[in-house]
Amino acid sequence: MRIVGALVAVALAATGLTGCAGSSGDGRTLRVVYQRWGDFVQLDQHLARTKAEFEREHPGTTVELVPVVAPENEYLPKVRLMLRAPATAPDVLYEDSYHVNADVAAGYLHPLDDHLARWPDWAQFVESTRQAGRAVDGRTYGVPIGTDTRGLWYNRRLFAQAGLPTDWRPASWADVLAAARAVKARLPDVIAFDMPAGRPVGEAAAMQSMQMLLHGTDTGVLYDEREGRWVAPSAGFADALRFVREVFASGLGPTPAQVADPYYSKSGKEELTRSGRVAIRLDGSWLPGNWLSGAPVEWPEWRQIMGTAPMPTQRGQHPGRVSLSGGWLLSVGAGSRDKDAAFAFVTKALSREGALAYNTAASDLPVRKDVAADPRVGEQNPTIAFWSSLLEITRYRPTLVEYPRVSQEIQVAMEQVVNGADPEEAARAWAERVRQVVGVERTRSG
Amino acid sequence: MAGRRRRGPLAWLLPMGPALLLLLVFVAGPILWCLHTAFTNAAMSGAAARAPEYVGLDNFHRVLTDPELGQAVWLTVVFTVGSAVLGQNCLGMLLAVLLHRRHRVVRNVVGGTVVAAWVLPEIVAAFALQAFLTADGTLNAVLAALGLGGQDWLYSAPVLAVVLGNVWRGTAFSMLVYQAALAEVPTELVEAAQVDGAGPLRRFWHVVLPLLRRTVVTNLMLVTLQTVGVFTLVYVMTAGGPGTASQTLPLLMYERAFGFGEIGYGTTVAFVLLVVAGTFAAVYARGLREEV
Repeated sequence: MRIVGALVAVALAATGLTGCAGSSGDGRTLRVVYQRWGDFVQLDQHLARTKAEFEREHPGTTVELVPVVAPENEYLPKVRLMLRAPATAPDVLYEDSYHVNADVAAGYLHPLDDHLARWPDWAQFVESTRQAGRAVDGRTYGVPIGTDTRGLWYNRRLFAQAGLPTDWRPASWADVLAAARAVKARLPDVIAFDMPAGRPVGEAAAMQSMQMLLHGTDTGVLYDEREGRWVAPSAGFADALRFVREVFASGLGPTPAQVADPYYSKSGKEELTRSGRVAIRLDGSWLPGNWLSGAPVEWPEWRQIMGTAPMPTQRGQHPGRVSLSGGWLLSVGAGSRDKDAAFAFVTKALSREGALAYNTAASDLPVRKDVAADPRVGEQNPTIAFWSSLLEITRYRPTLVEYPRVSQEIQVAMEQVVNGADPEEAARAWAERVRQVVGVERTRSG
Repeated sequence: MAGRRRRGPLAWLLPMGPALLLLLVFVAGPILWCLHTAFTNAAMSGAAARAPEYVGLDNFHRVLTDPELGQAVWLTVVFTVGSAVLGQNCLGMLLAVLLHRRHRVVRNVVGGTVVAAWVLPEIVAAFALQAFLTADGTLNAVLAALGLGGQDWLYSAPVLAVVLGNVWRGTAFSMLVYQAALAEVPTELVEAAQVDGAGPLRRFWHVVLPLLRRTVVTNLMLVTLQTVGVFTLVYVMTAGGPGTASQTLPLLMYERAFGFGEIGYGTTVAFVLLVVAGTFAAVYARGLREEV
């Protein structure tokens, strides 16, 4: 009885977060569900502006903005719970492109092909990003907002103090660790190398840390597209865990206590970065969104202080650098009663002007050709050119339905190593779990 | 009595009806739904979200071989015994006894302080505890002011932190229950024992406690069942971490059902929690049946 109570309470807490049970079904109210968390307020601001314009242009229609205030790994279940109940089902939702297949199979999303065919702007979207919203059934279920690439950020001032080059370009993992050790030796109070880790960051640990490393090893992939098999056991995965062990066991990274603390990843890490207490960050192209004007805490000096470098492969193997990309979409919920209006809202939010405003504020890489060509994009953020250049070699996560569970197992393995577990043992246990999750016949060793 | 019995079930069904209906809808309903879901692969997303399939006993087989289950059961028992049975229950009794027949001002000040933590919504209390115990929190600031070194309590002692947190938050309930019960203890019995030369400890142990026996068992039952399912406090303070060091069954259930999106499996974990809670309840129920 207590348990069911708890389960129901959790479900209620998750769905009833906004406390308003407004109806999406009257055709005059559009419910827009999206994420707002920590420093990520740019989408909130952009949708608020879009709402004002949209309501002016469509008298009689009210846009109800429903920000889900939660980190990514909690945003997802909350939105899915909302999608399951007609009373809370969103008309427009902010959707991670790698969940499209699973959410289409669940019947949560509405195909937009007919709408897109009638929208002239659709031709402006870069072909590779148009595929972000395409499911295995060949139909498109979302309009991309922006994309991203991943690599290294480093603090030039700290590098200068540690006697390191301020135009740093590491060629291997060993170079990265050597630089981190040099920083730690000179500046013991500084976090020499930060990478997303721990339960609170969820998917970021699996993608931004572990897969960035894995893709630089000889194993090279998590999922073999050609053979249709997951690579487990994986020598590269064990190598990646050894790198993690090196970072956390030798004190180069944040302390395991910081890793376990949700407030560190939410805002603590940013504060430390701004105050010059983090030397190297394995992170992504969007960080300037935290620093540009309009961000919660502006940091104009970042242009002089923060340098960028590609994440190298393990020993400098071809192609020498690694990046992973993701991308978010605006999708129309299958439960929406007024899909035309919902799609109209999406086109308003991601029109040329809308996409430009959002991409520059959030420091997302543009997905519209006309926005990418706009000089105003690079003006605000001079690193856009560097991050866009990584699109040549960037990789994407498998979009398979079982990926989230494999990812969960990656997070568990990494967290064990952060807390002192043996990398070989954690890698073995991980492979065992993956074989259970996807089925032994769908794995190969590598 | 005989005349009453002949009036049939309507006599009790009519007044009991509304309560019975509510229990069926809000207690039996979800349990049955849980039981049904535990035999399916119901999920948050994917094809299984639209049309769950029956998977027989797969979930139950999996839960029994889940490497994290044993630890979660153990942590749930530690958390429940530590914070409810020993912490809230004993501390609540101690406070009630110490406050018995004290000056009104003392009763109000101490009672008010204890009850204040209980009045706070769980989420607020949990955040307050988090802010108190975290690495740059109040406790470490106070320790530093005293020239003592602090530590990250939520990281170095997560189970102790959530146990103490729950004791702080929940003791008021037991205290109020025992205060009410103590007020009912006939003074002449205590005085008679005093005349016979029994000291305060003996008076409590041999006179007062036997009279409170049923209250104690009832209180234990209530606080245990309230504690077995505690989720918010633990989730906010440690989120089950670091690693799985403080992952009790409700957190394991949440992670499987909402983190992994496997509703079917999550409800199976819920049944393990039901078994743990049921075991506690059965022990107490025996205690209630046996007459002094």
